[in-house]
Order: sequence, then C-alpha cells, then structure tokens
Amino acid sequence: MRYEAPKSIDEAVKLLGGEKGQARILAGGTDLLVQMKSGRLEPDLVVDIKRIDGMRKISSEKGGFRIGAAVAGAELGEHAELKKTWPGVVEAARLIGSTQVQGRASMAGNLCNASPAADSVPALVAVNAMAVVVGSKGRREVPVADIPTAPGKTSLAKDEIVEAILLPAKPANTGDAYLRFIPRTEMDIAVVGAGVCLTIDGSGTCTAARVVLGAVGPRVILSDACAKALIGTKVDDAALAKLAAAASAAATPIDDKRGTKEFRTDVTGVLAKRAAKIALERAKGK
Amino acid sequence: MSQIHVSTTVNGDAYEFLCEADEPLLDALRDRLGLTGAKEGCGTGDCGACTVTLDGRLVCSCLVLAAEADGQKIGTIEGMADGEKLHPLQQKFLEHAALQCGICTPGFLVAAKNLLERNANPTETEVRYWLAGNLCRCTGYDKIIRAVMDTAQEMRRA
Amino acid sequence: MAQDIAQKSRKFDIVGTRPIRPDGIDKVTGRARFGADMNAPGMLIGRILRSPHAHAKIKKIDISKAAALPGVKAVVTRDDFPVTDGNAGLMDILTNIMAREKALYDGHAVAAVAATSASIARKALALIKVDYEVLPHVTDVDASYKPGAPLIREDLITSGVEPAPTKPSNVAARHQFGHGNVDTGFKEADVVVERSYKTEATHQGYIEPHACLASVSPDGQADLWVCTQGHYMIRNVCAQLLGMDQSRVRVTASEIGGGFGGKTTVFIEPVALALSRTANRPVKIAMTRDEVFRATGPTASSSMDVKIGAKKDGRITAADMVMRFQGGAFPGSGVEYGAMTSFACYDLENVRIVGWDVLCNRPKLAAYRAPSAPIAAFAVESAMTELAQKLGLDPIEFRLKNAAKEGTKSCYGPTFGPIGIIDCLKATKDHPHYKAPLKANQARGVACGFWFNFGGNTCVSMNVGFDGTIALAVGTPDIGGSRASMTMMAAEELGIPYDKVRCIIADTASLGHNDVTDGSRTTFSTGLATINAARDVIKKACQRAAKTWGIPEEAVVWEKGYAKPAGANAGKFEPLSLAEIAANSPNTGGPIAGHYEVNADGAGVGFASHIADVEIDKETGRTTITRYTVCQDAGKAIHPSYVEGQYQGAAAQGIGWALNEEYIYGKDGTLQNAGFLDYRIPVASDLPMIDTVILEVPNPGHPYGVRGVGETSIVPPLATIGIAISAAVGKQMTDIPISPPKILKAIKSKG
Repeated sequence: MRYEAPKSIDEAVKLLGGEKGQARILAGGTDLLVQMKSGRLEPDLVVDIKRIDGMRKISSEKGGFRIGAAVAGAELGEHAELKKTWPGVVEAARLIGSTQVQGRASMAGNLCNASPAADSVPALVAVNAMAVVVGSKGRREVPVADIPTAPGKTSLAKDEIVEAILLPAKPANTGDAYLRFIPRTEMDIAVVGAGVCLTIDGSGTCTAARVVLGAVGPRVILSDACAKALIGTKVDDAALAKLAAAASAAATPIDDKRGTKEFRTDVTGVLAKRAAKIALERAKGK
Repeated sequence: MSQIHVSTTVNGDAYEFLCEADEPLLDALRDRLGLTGAKEGCGTGDCGACTVTLDGRLVCSCLVLAAEADGQKIGTIEGMADGEKLHPLQQKFLEHAALQCGICTPGFLVAAKNLLERNANPTETEVRYWLAGNLCRCTGYDKIIRAVMDTAQEMRRA
Repeated sequence: MAQDIAQKSRKFDIVGTRPIRPDGIDKVTGRARFGADMNAPGMLIGRILRSPHAHAKIKKIDISKAAALPGVKAVVTRDDFPVTDGNAGLMDILTNIMAREKALYDGHAVAAVAATSASIARKALALIKVDYEVLPHVTDVDASYKPGAPLIREDLITSGVEPAPTKPSNVAARHQFGHGNVDTGFKEADVVVERSYKTEATHQGYIEPHACLASVSPDGQADLWVCTQGHYMIRNVCAQLLGMDQSRVRVTASEIGGGFGGKTTVFIEPVALALSRTANRPVKIAMTRDEVFRATGPTASSSMDVKIGAKKDGRITAADMVMRFQGGAFPGSGVEYGAMTSFACYDLENVRIVGWDVLCNRPKLAAYRAPSAPIAAFAVESAMTELAQKLGLDPIEFRLKNAAKEGTKSCYGPTFGPIGIIDCLKATKDHPHYKAPLKANQARGVACGFWFNFGGNTCVSMNVGFDGTIALAVGTPDIGGSRASMTMMAAEELGIPYDKVRCIIADTASLGHNDVTDGSRTTFSTGLATINAARDVIKKACQRAAKTWGIPEEAVVWEKGYAKPAGANAGKFEPLSLAEIAANSPNTGGPIAGHYEVNADGAGVGFASHIADVEIDKETGRTTITRYTVCQDAGKAIHPSYVEGQYQGAAAQGIGWALNEEYIYGKDGTLQNAGFLDYRIPVASDLPMIDTVILEVPNPGHPYGVRGVGETSIVPPLATIGIAISAAVGKQMTDIPISPPKILKAIKSKG
C-alpha cells in the first residue's frame, strides 16, 4: 500500500485516477482503518485529503455553509452559527462514534462510506444538502441523497472526491432534527434513524417538510407520504400519528444482529414522530 | 515495500521514525517509539484504550495512520505527569481506587484530561458521555466518574 | 484458625483502611507492563489461522507456500501437537488450541505462523491452504439437545444416565443435586409457579486481549511472559501438552488487563511455545479482538424449566429445576455449578435440580465470574418473585421466610456455617433505595445470589531485608488490587507500616505451586497464607530476640512490630523492632524469611442482594437503569474501596448481560458480532452510580474473617433487572438479554 497526502485537490484526483489497483480516500479514517484492520479491504493506495486547503474548514456560502470534506464532528459542534442554523445536522454528525471518533470522523466520510445506517445522511438529506464532487471532468454539485447507491457503493467515479458538503440557507420558520435508536446510550450503530426538516407559516401550519428514514432500507428513504402527513397540518397529535404510520409503512428493514424487522418498523414511526416534534419547536424559534 | 519517514512531536519531544504505509499510529507508538502506555483493546476504535491527543484532539491511535502524524503534535499518557509530580487526575484515580486491572486507565486519563481542559466544571452526565468511548470492564465506572468529578472540583479551587 | 475468630472484635490498624495500591503509579503513568507490552531481542510475531466454518472436516492442510515465504520462520499445525497421554480434559484443551480432524466452531485455530513482522505473518496465513469439508452444525442448546442434531463427537455417550445410552449424542452428561422428595412437596403446596427461561452466552469482555511472549531453547528451557490469572496453571498445562518438564518452563505473569475467569486456561501459549521451539527464537502472539470473541471463553447459553411451590403462608414446600447448558464443542458447560448454586440462598426441605451438559458448535466455554450462577439465579429468582406476587407477599419478606441460615442443608449438599444471606436481605429491605418513590414508567426489582468462593493451593514467601522491610512474594496474579490487600494483611500482622512491605507476583520458579486467581480465592487463600507467613516471620524474629537476650523462646512475645519479654519474670529488656532484629540477624542465625504452604479450605460462602430501578421507554423498549444498589457480605473488608469496586464491577457486568450482551450466530453458524461495536458492554453513560453496602459476617475459616468478594455480585443482576422490567411492562420476561425488541414485543402483546 502507498500513502499519499497531496496538497491540492487536482493532485488528489490525479493520484486516484492513476492508480491501477484499489484506491481509497482518507478523511477521518474511522471507517477506512476499521475495514483495513479486519482484512475486508486491502487498498493499494490511500489518499489523505486533510492537507488540501479548505478540507478542514467551515465557511459561509450563499447564506448557508460550506463544510470541507475532512471537517471532524467535534469541529462541527464547536461552530456556533452552524449549530444554531442547522442543529439537526450537527446533532446527527455528533452522534457518530465516541469523543475520540468525533475528533476525526467527517460527514463527507460518513456519506461516502455509504452505510445505510450512517447518522448524518438522513439529517443532510432532510435539509436538502448538496455534495461538491471534484474529478478529472471538473466540479459538480450533487444532492447528498444521490451519492450512496447501495450499501458500501456510491455514484462517484474512481477519480472523484467529495470536496465539501453544502448546507443551504435556512428558510424562515424552519427547523430540523435527527433522532436515532440504539440499545445503549453511545457507541452503537443506528438501528433506526429519522431526520425531519419542516417549515411553518405564520399560523403554525406546516408548508414544507422532508422526512428521511435511515437504517431501514439499503439507502436512506426520503418519504413523500411522511411529508404529506405533515404538510397542511399544525403538526398536532393527529398529524404526528399519521406521520408515524406513514414512516412505519415506508420502512423496508431487514432482520439482522442489530434489530428485527418488526422492531425497526415500529420504531421508525416513533422516531419520525419525535423528530418532527423537535423540528416543529425549532421552526417556531423555541 | 519502502517505508515512510515521519517527523513528529510526542509529549513535547521530537521523534523520527520509519513506518509502513498501512501502519496504525498505535503500532508506531508502541513498537517503534517504545511508548506502550497506549493499549490495543480492539483495534477498531470501540474501546478507547489507545486514546492519545493529535494536535490537541482526542483520537483513537488505532484509527490514525502513523504516516498522518508527520508534523503533528501527539500527547500520550507518558507525558501526563510532570516529572515525579502526578497530574491531579492521576492522583485522584489512585485515591478513589478508580482502577482495578488498569488496562483502560491510560486511555481514561488522557480523555479525562482533555475534557477538563475544555470544560472545567462538567456535570456527571457530561463526564459519562465524554468518556463513553473508553470501555472499562472492571469498575462499573462509578469510581472513575467520581475521580474525574473530584479532580475537576479540586482544580477549580486551585 | 478458629480461635482467630475471637479476633472478630479485634481492632485493626491497617485492615479496613484505604491506602493507595502499590501498583498504582505504574498504572496511571502508562509504565505498567501488560501481556503485549514485552519484547525480546530477535523476536518474531506469531499469528493464528482460524476456521471460517462452524463445523468442518479438515481434510488437508498445505503449509508449503507459507513456509516458503521469506521472513517466515515457523509454521505449526495439528501435526506439531501430538496426542498426549494425559486425561480427556487435557486432550480437549489440546484439541481446542489447535484443531485436529475437525474444526469445531467458527474461529477454531487451524494453523499458526511466526515471521519477522506482523505483515509477513498475515501474508503467510493467507498462503496456508486448508481443505475443508463443511459439515452440518448446531449452535442452539435446545436444538443440540434433541435427538437427530448434527453430531459434534461421533463417540459421545451421555454420562450420569442409567442405563447408559447406546447411541452417541451431543449430551455429554447428566448431573443431579438436591434432597427430600419434590413430588410430596408439591402436593403440600397451595400455590405453584412453573416457567421456562432462556439465556444467551456472553463474553467476559476483558479489555486486554490475550498476549504472550514465548522463548524456547533447544535444550528444553523455556520462558513465557503472559497475561493470565494463573501462571502455574499455564506452566503445568503447557509442559504437559508439549512434553516438557514443568521446572524447565518458567512463566512470569504480566500485569493482567482483566480476566473475570476468561484467563484461567491456555489458548495461544502452547502455540507460541511450539512456534518458538521450531524457530529457536522468541515469539510474541497477541490476539485481535475478533479472535478474542470468536475463540476464547464465552459463557454457557441455557434453557431452563423451574417449578416452585409454597404454602399460603409463604413457606416453600418444593423446588424443582431442569437446566440445559451448552458450553461449546467440548464437555464442560458448567451446568453443575448452575445446579449447585440455583437454590443455595434458600432453606428447602424438598429440592431437585437436574442439569444437562450439551455440546454445540461454539467456542469452548471458559469460566466467567461465578460461572453459571447468574444464569441459574435468573430463572430461580424470577420465579421466586412471581411466586411472592401470587402469594401477595413482599418479595423480600418471602425470601427472608425461606432464607438459608447457619445449619441449613444447602441444595448442593453441605450444611452451611455462619452465612450472610439474611443480613443481605435485611440490609436491602432497610435501604432507603427500597422505599424510594418511583416515577412513571419506572419499576423496581430485587433479587439475591450465591457463590461458593474457592480456597486452594497457595504458597507464599515473606522475605525480611536486613533493614526489617518486607518483600512479599505471592503466586496469584493481581487482577483487581490484591497486592494492596496482601500488603495490608502482612503489615497488620507484623505490626509495621504499610509502606514497609512490598508485594510482588513471583514467577513460577520462585514459589511452590499456586492455583489460579479464580473463585474469589485470592484475598482469602493468599491472604491466609500471607498472615501465616507473617506469623512464621514473627516466630523466627522472637527466636532471634530470645537468642539476643539469652532467654527462652517462650518468654518472648510479639506486640505491634516489637519483640518483648513476655513478662517481668522473663527479664527486663528494651523491646526490639523487626528492623533491629533483622539488622542483627547475621549474628543470630542468618537471614529471616517466613513461608506458608497450604491447600486452603474453609472459604466462606458469599451472598448478595441487589435492588435495581429501571425506566422503560414504552414506545421503543429501551431500558434505562436509574438506580442500583448492591448489598453483599464480605466477611471482613480488607481494603473497602476495592471491595466496593468488586461489587460495582460485578453488578455492571450483570447489567450488561441482562440488557444487551449476547453471542449472535448467523444461520451459517458464524459469530455475527465479534467486536465491541455489536457486542454491547455497558459504557459510562449507560450506568448510574452503583451504591454499595458492605456487610461483615466473619468467615471462621480465615484469620481475619475474610470471604471472597469478587464474584457473588454478578449473580443477582440478571434476575434483579428482569424482575424490574417484568414489573414495568406487566409481563414475565424470560429471555436474556432483555433487549429492546423483546421488551417492545412484550408491551405490544399486552395491547
């Protein structure tokens, strides 16, 4: 295996494109090194992108934020403005792993690892985040939801790198939230995750909503039925009950070591409902 | 396989070593620099026994490549005491019997020190969540949490 | 020794205080050396190839490519471990450390290499070609117990059954304990509870993976550095497996990063020795966490049927139980310990426990803290509380009414001496926790537990320096602070300060045999030996004083560190300190050292009673432990902080077992969660503070009244928490771990 730490994104793209064997990008490394340790992955080249300018920076852009691909969870948590604007996204990213993992793990890494249980992805999709993808053919912006295509698989070409994640400007009276279920209080992979972003008008009626379910399908599920259960309502108990039912119906989980199909289906509804309540409070500015 | 040359600072001292490209920092610390205070409990970032600081941030050294340490500052348990004077956390861990077998202790101490540097007055819940990535199988955490809380109180008074 | 109990009222100077442990500074500064922290010149790295199949015939192992890889210095397989002429148990150990005709579980060792680097060793493993013929497997105890299950051993005939079965099965043995007549007893009962329970296997989960450094010379001398609970056991077993003389194998116990019973046998040590012997170089092996889970000591998994009957007044008339335990692919599930401990808290007229020892395609069981007792207690205590509810009695009152006491014939045979179960139950009842109000969705459970506590072979040397300070050599590895308690007992008995004694764990060449640190035996047995070695020193010091003074030996007494004339008739001499006597010892007969060797008997049995409060999220089935209290009898707490630590640690392990820890096998028989990510031990944010109450009912078998304290408190938590959750959800929870999916299902089934 070769280790390279290029100083520019172009150099990184070239390295990836030029590698005949298996190449992997190293941001926080909290998934990559685990896969290497287990022997599941034996890359020929690892490209460390942390020495590239901007990769570890959070900046304001178009009223929203540009988050470099190697910004660690802990750094997101220390950014007051970001936390205030999109608390759901920050909370989701902060749920990944321990304090130690938070010192390294990035949202872009979480996204490109393409685990269906990634905590930050439902939250990012809920707020309609974009990924900036750079490759030999140039730079493009892609909805975050389109990056993972299946467990462990992405839509990225071999020489493409997610350079940053873009969070949009927050519309007025909008709130986001993410909740996950784990058996312990920390250190587990999500058994179910639910991200909600909703907007209300002056009367408190929901005018827009995005509900995203994690760990209950091969990819995260952006559920129109869930959104419909909220839009046009005051997000009252009746609407929340409909949301819960819609979320459970939208979930397509499997039985595995982390939970049963039945359990995941039930809890999806519960979390969607609870996340919507928090998002509503945030939309109200509370 | 050609090895990578790394220049780094560990506990304030300059070190240079050669490592394999896929070598975790933990292995380099233990096998190349002889700093065996960081332990491998899992090798997958789940137990925290290998906790060190990398440029002031807590990390699991099993999840960092040694090559990444080039030009960085590393802090390990070996750098915690000031000569023969123990850090207050080390002293309180002894007084509170906050260790039994002691294998997790270096990781807990490095993590707790980093917490108190950021938050001089943490609640019990904050301490518990901050240290959730450090597994201890002996103590049930009770005496560890008490030792950290007591240290924080004493350091605030000092 | 019995006269020492007159010392029940003895006022101690050091025992009962909380000094800083002697190995503390090394452990808070990173200097302490554990299993993997030792290196040697010319050292090779060893790695083990493991079966990916749950059950497979090993038709052929081709090591030629691996052996030819540059940097590889040794490759060993089953051919390098010839059959021993030892007993069947030894043959099982041999078969477990290196597979023979068959791979018996996912993770079973098949071959090993030693190479100049870890990466070459890893590459070499990939070059070993193993020709497997995959066989049908079985990992569930009930499935394996049934006729027609895939046979793990073609020649296994169930023992303990009359007449002996003619056909082989996976059932290795039947055990029975009890007394009286349960049929008569049930006829007298007004109320009967009958229920079945299951528990899944757990792992000890010590944070330090097994590691050792072996060095064997062509002349047959060997040195081994290893993290273990018993380095004499390692020496003896390795010597037998490899055909070496015990005295030529010197084993040094490293600091040990947790064991909990899991480091009471050999795994990698004979392999490292064999590799070193072949390569004629030192070989280090450190397991990965994945290997620890797949190939080292899980507990039994079980299925149990319990039936208890009682009169309306709460007096139990009969208790009957059948237990089926699997302990992996070898006989020895520990079901007999489960059977023996099951009803030991109670004074029963009619009791019968039958245990079945079953094989499965899982790793060979190793002891885990009060092995089998938590499993049995889960079933028994759950049924006890259900019965109390049916009778309309307070669960503690019901237990007190039936509690064992001095003179009770235990369910496993012996009659109890002075014991602490009633004290524990009363302390539980009187604890503010038991009366504290509960909030919505919260419930409380109470349960008790028993463990035998062990004694065993012990040898201690106490060496007095010419300055009168003490080097104390013991042979039981220190897992949780035993060097502190040995130092305290030595200083107490000699009457000198704590810091004038240094206790070390001596290597196997330096002391006679010592049994493993297990069964909560160390503070009891090694403590007893230390006190007696101190008395040997005192006796010799008094002789030297007598010689110095020119008076008879009997005319000298020892008081608080000084030899004194016994009375006015003995003569008038200034008292002599141990330091003065030691300084003069070259003139009075040479150096002074005390010794004691014993196969210690009289370890007092241990009891504990716990209270747990749980809060259930009724929409997700998540459990939060909101409060937890442990009451346990210590006999005499030498260092109370480390006694509390044992109570808290044991309770935390039990909480993990109750809620989330389990071995999960896939349909293919491979372990699905061989890592700390999905094998979920409690983390700091999962637990509340764990309150402790130390009770002291002195053990007549120990000079200071000590009982072992290390294990008993892992026995009650499964039941304590199960009972609390059952109360919260309104349904009997009978399947451990009581994980969120099971709780949510129970809540939903109630509608």
